Amino acid sequence: MSGAAASLAAPKVFGNAHRFESNPATREVPWVRWTILSLGLAFFALFLVLPLVAVFTEALRKGFGVYFAALLEPDALSALKLTLIAAAIAVPLNLVFGVFAAWAVAKFDFRGKQLLVTLIDLPFSVSPVVAGLIYVLMFGAQGWFGPWLSEHDLKIVFAVPGIVLATVFVTFPFVARELIPLMEAQGREEEEAAAVLGASGWQTFWHVTLPNVKWGLLYGVILCNARAMGEFGAVSVVSGHIRGLTNTLPLHVEILYNEYQFAAAFAVASLLALLALVTLGLKTFVEWRQAQAHALHND
Amino acid sequence: MSAVLAPSSAASAVAVTRPDASPRKPRRVLPGFGLSLGVTIAYLSLLVLIPLSAVFLKSSTLGIDAFWSAVTSPRVLASYRLSFGMSLLAALLNSVFGLLLAWSLVRYSFPGRKLVDALIDLPFALPTAVAGIALTALYAKNGWLGSLLEPLGVKVAFTPLGVLVALTFIGLPFVVRTVQPVLEDLDTELEEAAASLGAHRWQTVRHVVLPILTPALLTGFALAFARAVGEYGSVIFIAGNLPMVSEITPLMIITKLEQYDYAGATAIAAVMLVISFVLLLGINGLQAWSARSRGVGAGTKR
Repeated sequence: MSGAAASLAAPKVFGNAHRFESNPATREVPWVRWTILSLGLAFFALFLVLPLVAVFTEALRKGFGVYFAALLEPDALSALKLTLIAAAIAVPLNLVFGVFAAWAVAKFDFRGKQLLVTLIDLPFSVSPVVAGLIYVLMFGAQGWFGPWLSEHDLKIVFAVPGIVLATVFVTFPFVARELIPLMEAQGREEEEAAAVLGASGWQTFWHVTLPNVKWGLLYGVILCNARAMGEFGAVSVVSGHIRGLTNTLPLHVEILYNEYQFAAAFAVASLLALLALVTLGLKTFVEWRQAQAHALHND
Repeated sequence: MSAVLAPSSAASAVAVTRPDASPRKPRRVLPGFGLSLGVTIAYLSLLVLIPLSAVFLKSSTLGIDAFWSAVTSPRVLASYRLSFGMSLLAALLNSVFGLLLAWSLVRYSFPGRKLVDALIDLPFALPTAVAGIALTALYAKNGWLGSLLEPLGVKVAFTPLGVLVALTFIGLPFVVRTVQPVLEDLDTELEEAAASLGAHRWQTVRHVVLPILTPALLTGFALAFARAVGEYGSVIFIAGNLPMVSEITPLMIITKLEQYDYAGATAIAAVMLVISFVLLLGINGLQAWSARSRGVGAGTKR
């Protein structure tokens, strides 16, 4: 669901507001305008800007020495490593799935398509805590496969595989839901022409479909990656909080915070906040490129 | 959900019927239908559907009485009240201020407009744990905002109000991002017509613009509400987690798990899952409505 608000399928027209402001029929009297603007921006500053500023201020409260010490501590580094591993597995998996799903949904008609699309979106509407719980029910000591796993000395829950599974679950729809509307909007004619001219399925995808959807694909990957690296609830349930072993960066933040190591907790948090800002920057760039490509296409 | 937003391409040719082939079996021009649908369904089943069904199977082993007492114990009931009450309030706050923000972003030019627009999505990109500790630092007794509110007798951190603050933060982008494109698409001719017929600006907004925005506004409200009900990471730091007072429902699942009460945890999870399904269906319906009325509201501009 979180993706519902962000999609490249309908290219964003961030037009200039001038066309509304210069038109007497669509503008408000100055005091109304200022009230709306200041209420909206005050809410924005209070709920979005202040928390962001607080992260960096708290992180640097005890100086750069403490800041970098917190980032370079072995537990923090191993949390960083696990976060990168989880994202490095979850993002490509969901990318491949997204491409397959979008190809099936956008290029063919079949019964139950709408249901399939709804089911793909399902992980967005499931609470992260429930997302973690389902893997405990499957692979935990008392779970379906628990006895079999312990017989074979395998560990999924409270170990790295569980963290990867939970991450895959919460990031499941990102690429698919970005690609499906985009590939539906592109239609099928170009691919059909390629196929009729003798291109293989792979050639058609690589040379015809992919160039058309590359920005949407990248967009989905960026959002998927941000969520994969930042997931907390689902990962928290399956991790077992073993320091240096099953801690991701967000879980490390929680541990430090609960131990009253606030400066260190905020230092690690600032790393994740930077990741969020880079994500937003990339996202804005991709939206801009997509709008450009769209404008060129329409000319 | 996404399919609803996209123009239907069903009209384009999918299958070409060969004259010599049986007329009931259309031949698909594009390859890979079986493979792509097969992979999609297999992956979806293995990772999402089968694990989710574990919740229902596990709760069905409980028996009705045990299930009922697990999901209606006083502490759990208090958590529903808090989770749903605060999610509703947060979604309402976001509807009002999200509309004002979307309006400002589309209709007014002001310095930093592009930056504000890009930052609106921060709650999607910022890990929830980071948001949680940042909000707690702000609203704690010695925090920037907490120290201002404390003398007024308003306590936010470690009270239900803190839950409201966290849920408002994570729901903020939904309303802005569902209303904003509808406002952008809105044809100015409608307002010009209203004005030329002698309507005051407020009358025009009230009777012409707001009805067109209503489906999008409701969709944004429902999305923010659904997200808030399941939220965990940003809330647990600021809530204080006092039993009967500031425990949210997802936390109850964690608490039961930590007590090795797997059946109890699963029962609550089943309740939450059913609620998520209902909300998902409702949101699907709202988005379909929104897409339809958007087709009416948007003019010939593009």
